[in-house]
Amino acid sequence: MNIVVCVKQVPDTTEIKIDPIKNTLIRQGVPSIMNPFDKNALEEAIQLKEQHSGSVTVISMGPEQAKATLREALSMGADKAYLVTDRAFGGSDTYATSYILSKVIEKLGPFDVILGGKQAIDGDTGQTAPSIAEHLGIARLTHIRSMKIDGNKCVVEREIEEGIEIVEAKLPILCTATKETNKPRYATIKGKIESLKADIENITLADLPNMDTTKIGLKGSPTRVKSTFIPERKSSCEMLEIVNPRETAKVLFGKLAEAKIL
Amino acid sequence: MDLKQYQDVWVFIDCFQGHPKDVGYELLGQGRLLAEALKQKCCAVIIGENVDEAIKGATEYGADIIYVVRGEEYANYSADAYGHAFLELCEKYHPNTILIGATANGRDLGSKLAIRLKTGLTADCTALSVEEDTGNVVWERPAFGGNLYARILCSETRPQMGTVRPGAFKKPQKCQNKLPVMIREDIRTKQEDILTKVIDFIKANDESGIKLEEAEYIVAGGRGLKGAENFAMLKELADLLGGSVGASRAAVDAGWIPQSKQVGQTGKTVTPKVYIACGISGAVQHLAGMTESDTIIAINKDASAPIFEVADYGIVGDVFEMVPAMIKEMRISKNLEQ
Repeated sequence: MNIVVCVKQVPDTTEIKIDPIKNTLIRQGVPSIMNPFDKNALEEAIQLKEQHSGSVTVISMGPEQAKATLREALSMGADKAYLVTDRAFGGSDTYATSYILSKVIEKLGPFDVILGGKQAIDGDTGQTAPSIAEHLGIARLTHIRSMKIDGNKCVVEREIEEGIEIVEAKLPILCTATKETNKPRYATIKGKIESLKADIENITLADLPNMDTTKIGLKGSPTRVKSTFIPERKSSCEMLEIVNPRETAKVLFGKLAEAKIL
Repeated sequence: MDLKQYQDVWVFIDCFQGHPKDVGYELLGQGRLLAEALKQKCCAVIIGENVDEAIKGATEYGADIIYVVRGEEYANYSADAYGHAFLELCEKYHPNTILIGATANGRDLGSKLAIRLKTGLTADCTALSVEEDTGNVVWERPAFGGNLYARILCSETRPQMGTVRPGAFKKPQKCQNKLPVMIREDIRTKQEDILTKVIDFIKANDESGIKLEEAEYIVAGGRGLKGAENFAMLKELADLLGGSVGASRAAVDAGWIPQSKQVGQTGKTVTPKVYIACGISGAVQHLAGMTESDTIIAINKDASAPIFEVADYGIVGDVFEMVPAMIKEMRISKNLEQ
């Protein structure tokens, strides 16, 4: 069974702070991590490989420093890793990114299973993975809780708001993992050492001759960021002193009643 | 592409087993505002096996035109069947803008449509407006866990598309005696073209009756709750208010409460009448899911906690003293206790 996992290196968004004077993001010193949901995707891929044998390939689009995330994937148990990187890819939105990754997957494949996280914690769109399936013209099942493969068929538990759907599909298939899918393993020391020695190949535009270059990068992206801003916080909080808690509760409910809120 | 050929704002009415979700109606409210700004119509798109409830709802919430595609192959969502039906409608009627709820299925459908229509899709929008001179929708959305917001345009292609989280907007007022134009399209999808088949369904066992996204009162707990057992007092207060319990990511990650209760960027977006944050520091990723609440009450030991920056009423104190006191006062006011 050949599996490819799409991973993204993201800033640890829980560590991002706002510069209170300049009102800008402080990205300096914010650690880069493997997108947590992609880690669940990778864990699922490794488990599938353990059950059915085969290989796990990991791809990531990004700058040279994203190789750190690919090395982490190798240390967890992926067999091969490729960095998809080219100046021409810069500025790609989810349409263009998914197109580029679909071309990479075509080049490296064929694959039986394509996995990714349900969303990245920096962009939070959840669009790239299902869009890859669409470019490839294959089936996709997003937000999976588990997947079982038997021959060329798979049965997947899929999380939707109302509960869990049991869905059947033929391979090849693209699935996206959530936190509930599994508990990602830790890398072994041996895995870490080997991953440091591993050769991670770059895949650039020149390696993808079938690419329609009008569909990539900033120019190939249908959406464009017009402007960005830091959300304003209303700072009109009325502080209630605690003399004793029940008095405070009374005052609070009184104020809410007065404002016709309660 | 002649953008002028593309007219009207379409809203996908996301249904589950024939029951429409609120998000479709919330978006009819937003769709109406965009349609007015564009001087176009606001339309509902309904795909399903049982469509009557959705047609009734879309009528009540003021759609000008309702497009309906019916068939047993649409009983459950699949990207292939729903995508096929929606694409056929787009090809025939050329919508200007498509709004879709950011549910598991909505996000999936949105991606399919955007790729096939070769157009832009902006995820999880929190505010929508129209650029007067261009007619482009300005899609406003959070990124980096809500630390930054971006305004996004899709200026060269149509339809322009976006998803919006359930609960991000309130439902509009129902309108009386308005008769929409009904357009029923006989679009069928062949079984062999549907690559994924739903064979079973397990209903989520949600212990409380009121869904978090629909609750008018939410009592939410964070790291300051210190343990799973302490959510019981939040539940008691929520029950007295007729509301629901929510949580921050810290409490969910600690395993104190299921992920379905998480409010924030990777959880749910809520806009209740009252949001009571108990022992929640207010990391931006949490704030991204609750700042649009009408009234926010924050109880936290740390006076410098960022939650106070978004709160209307703040109490610097111990949740283990304040919440029981609030329960007691509520019970007295309801004559449950003297």
